[in-house]
Amino acid sequence: MQIGPPGRQVALSPSPQLPLSLLNAEISIQEPGNDPTSSLVLLGARPLSGNEVHMTDSTTTLEEFANREYEHGFVTDVEQETFPPGLNEDVVRAISAKKNEPDWLTQWRLKAFRHWQTMEEPSWPKVHYEPIDYQAISYFAAPKKLLDSLDEVDPEILTTYKKLGIPLDEQKALAGVAVDAVFDSVSVATTYKDKLAEKGIIFCSFSEAVQDHPELIKKHLGSVVPHTDNFFAALNSAVFSDGSFVYIPKGVRCPMELSTYFRINASNTGQFERTLIVADEDAQVSYLEGCTAPQRDENQLHAAVVELVALDRANIKYSTVQNWYPGDKETGKGGIFNFVTKRGVCGEKSKISWTQVETGSAITWKYPSVILKGDKSIGEFYSVALTAGRQQADTGTKMVHLGKDTSSTIISKGISAGKGQNSYRGLVKVTKSADNARNFSQCDSMLIGSQCGAHTFPYIEVRNPTAQVEHEATTSKIGEDQIFYCNQRGLSTEDAVTMIVNGFCKEVFKELPMEFAVEAQKLLGVSLEGSVG
Amino acid sequence: MLELNNLHVAIGGNEILKGIDLKINAGEVHAIMGPNGSGKSTLASVLAGREEYEVTSGEVLFQGENLLELDAETRAREGLFLAFQYPVEIPGVGNTYFLRTALNAVREHRGQAPLDAMDFLQLVKEKADVVKLDPSLLKRAVNEGFSGGEKKRNEIFHMAVLEPKLAILDETDSGLDIDALRIVSEGVNSLRDSERSFIVITHYQRLLDHIIPDFVHVLKDGRIVESGGRELALELEARGYDWLDSKAAVETAR
Ligand SMILES: Nc1ncnc2c1ncn2[C@@H]1O[C@H](COP(=O)(O)OP(=O)(O)OP(=O)(O)O)[C@@H](O)[C@H]1O
Ligand SMILES: [Mg+2]
Repeated sequence: MQIGPPGRQVALSPSPQLPLSLLNAEISIQEPGNDPTSSLVLLGARPLSGNEVHMTDSTTTLEEFANREYEHGFVTDVEQETFPPGLNEDVVRAISAKKNEPDWLTQWRLKAFRHWQTMEEPSWPKVHYEPIDYQAISYFAAPKKLLDSLDEVDPEILTTYKKLGIPLDEQKALAGVAVDAVFDSVSVATTYKDKLAEKGIIFCSFSEAVQDHPELIKKHLGSVVPHTDNFFAALNSAVFSDGSFVYIPKGVRCPMELSTYFRINASNTGQFERTLIVADEDAQVSYLEGCTAPQRDENQLHAAVVELVALDRANIKYSTVQNWYPGDKETGKGGIFNFVTKRGVCGEKSKISWTQVETGSAITWKYPSVILKGDKSIGEFYSVALTAGRQQADTGTKMVHLGKDTSSTIISKGISAGKGQNSYRGLVKVTKSADNARNFSQCDSMLIGSQCGAHTFPYIEVRNPTAQVEHEATTSKIGEDQIFYCNQRGLSTEDAVTMIVNGFCKEVFKELPMEFAVEAQKLLGVSLEGSVG
Repeated sequence: MLELNNLHVAIGGNEILKGIDLKINAGEVHAIMGPNGSGKSTLASVLAGREEYEVTSGEVLFQGENLLELDAETRAREGLFLAFQYPVEIPGVGNTYFLRTALNAVREHRGQAPLDAMDFLQLVKEKADVVKLDPSLLKRAVNEGFSGGEKKRNEIFHMAVLEPKLAILDETDSGLDIDALRIVSEGVNSLRDSERSFIVITHYQRLLDHIIPDFVHVLKDGRIVESGGRELALELEARGYDWLDSKAAVETAR
């Protein structure tokens, strides 16, 4: 049964102008951090007991959760330059050379590569997959024709973005949203660049920033997520291809939503973007990230790094709507492995807010985090993670309180359907110096059907007695009673499920920029298609 | 309007309704009384289309159509309404938003255009007045954290907005204070007309002082063991249900 066939308006809201695909972006900031379990042991901190709930009951009509159709599974036929599979120092050098990078950056990559070779892939996340052969992946793919202006972009690529609902042509561009489009490893177009430049805002591809603003890159690259941080971040640091760079000058409030849209097209290539956002003192910016990929039988690796720097009194809002191809819903074949490290550092009285809606990927492993370094800084994490079919997600956040009077909020909503497995993993750490730190965490799980699972792993380490840390967790099953009640008032089962799930996620959706909230609701409806029997 | 012929219903292999015959004409109000566990809510749920219940034999006609062939939402759209004994909470979904979606689904089924926001709000305001529903309940999530009485009142409010042809009220009176009972009854009475029928399930004859039934039936152990006018309710109040057993036994013996 379908819940809101694509193109149909699902219940809740007026039809948005924005394309669904934009929302499909994934903005994940993963903090593939250290294994929280081991760090816990080292620090001797006190774990909360992890709750695990498995559905075993199966008396419902919600049983079958299956047939979501993935809308963005097409492949674009474009001439590519692709490196042969394999990874060694020469490949790292070749990537750097392709991009014409300064020597210090080449050296930085090599340092990361050497470190990566000493590391092991983390095994602590609650996800299962066949071992990845890192030598079988190609580390660079780019459309052959390179571009100085939009006119030079391969028309096939422009068509792709149009199909995804993202016109790159500025005449038709989305009002109020500047877009940087990344196709495989290369940024193909950035809209509204000139308009932003009038305010001194830099919004461009990472590669361009390396050429045009080397001092800013040198200063901030790796300052939040060091090249040694974790296995996937180290790999990314060695081979990252492109991504977005944002700089908002002192006192400037960015007049439009900034957005990066990632599309993986080439087969057998990994995608390793690197995003860096710097908000100078008193600056403000809201940024949205989206992603889709073709439907392919092999798994594809996506290991991104996002670093946010919020200087004193700055405010960064980072939203992700992730809709990578989730793999075949029956066999679990294919789909994106999404291993992302996202982290931000707050200066005094600054604020970083992560909002994520994760509906795609075969495996999601990400922990967008905030280091609350400055006094009175604020960190927020709002998350909706949906796993259907055979998807697995292990996601959450880390809030590290260093400054005084810092506060953090975590609202996590996990929805599991089909054979999906959904884990929340979060760390709240209050160091000795963080007087009067506050945290509030709420982790709610919803189960649809009888074969899925929800798991909660909260870790709390408190080193300062003035801290106030609150944690709440609930698990509910979408009830036959609720569905029947809606049916009895005339609503179809599909609309009922969409409505109930959207109601469940409300606290998170209200944090998304308006247009995107509407899209996110639709996306959930589409993702739940077929989840009801 | 509604006709039940020899309806048998089981759940998990357990027979709960054991042959119900009932005929309700347009404009009539039928009260159903009977001891706990006799099958009243089961009857209401089966009529509303709850799938767990298995109809093992018999038939149900609603406006001349085979009701049992329709799924629950179609029954609702055709004008069958159930005020739940235990209304369900739907966190995060606004009561007004929910009701608007419901009303528009019903309207679409009837070939009517969806009501726009302004007209809908006007309608909601009117109907909320009828049952004196606290306006703050309109803004809250459906039944979430509502008191027992507020939930019941909200059910009648939904009914008033949806304007069904047949409304089944399952113990809507339980949990209501005396004033609420009167207000809710007035709400029901204001909807009474020659086209609309009601099945009122209750344990208390008191409700029937406010909503005056045309017929009263006693459901016991899955069967209608007695039917009569409103005076039957008074008799039940005075004598309880036991005397019906001996009466039924005598009848069976004959
Ligand atoms: N889902 C179910 N599973 C098993 N037994 C059930 C189920 N639903 C109802 N029953 C049984 O069917 C019988 C009738 O229940 P029902 O709720 O219809 O009674 P009722 O007349 O409405 O009672 P009350 O006056 O207490 O509301 C009871 O014995 C009840 O336990
Ligand atoms: Mg009952």
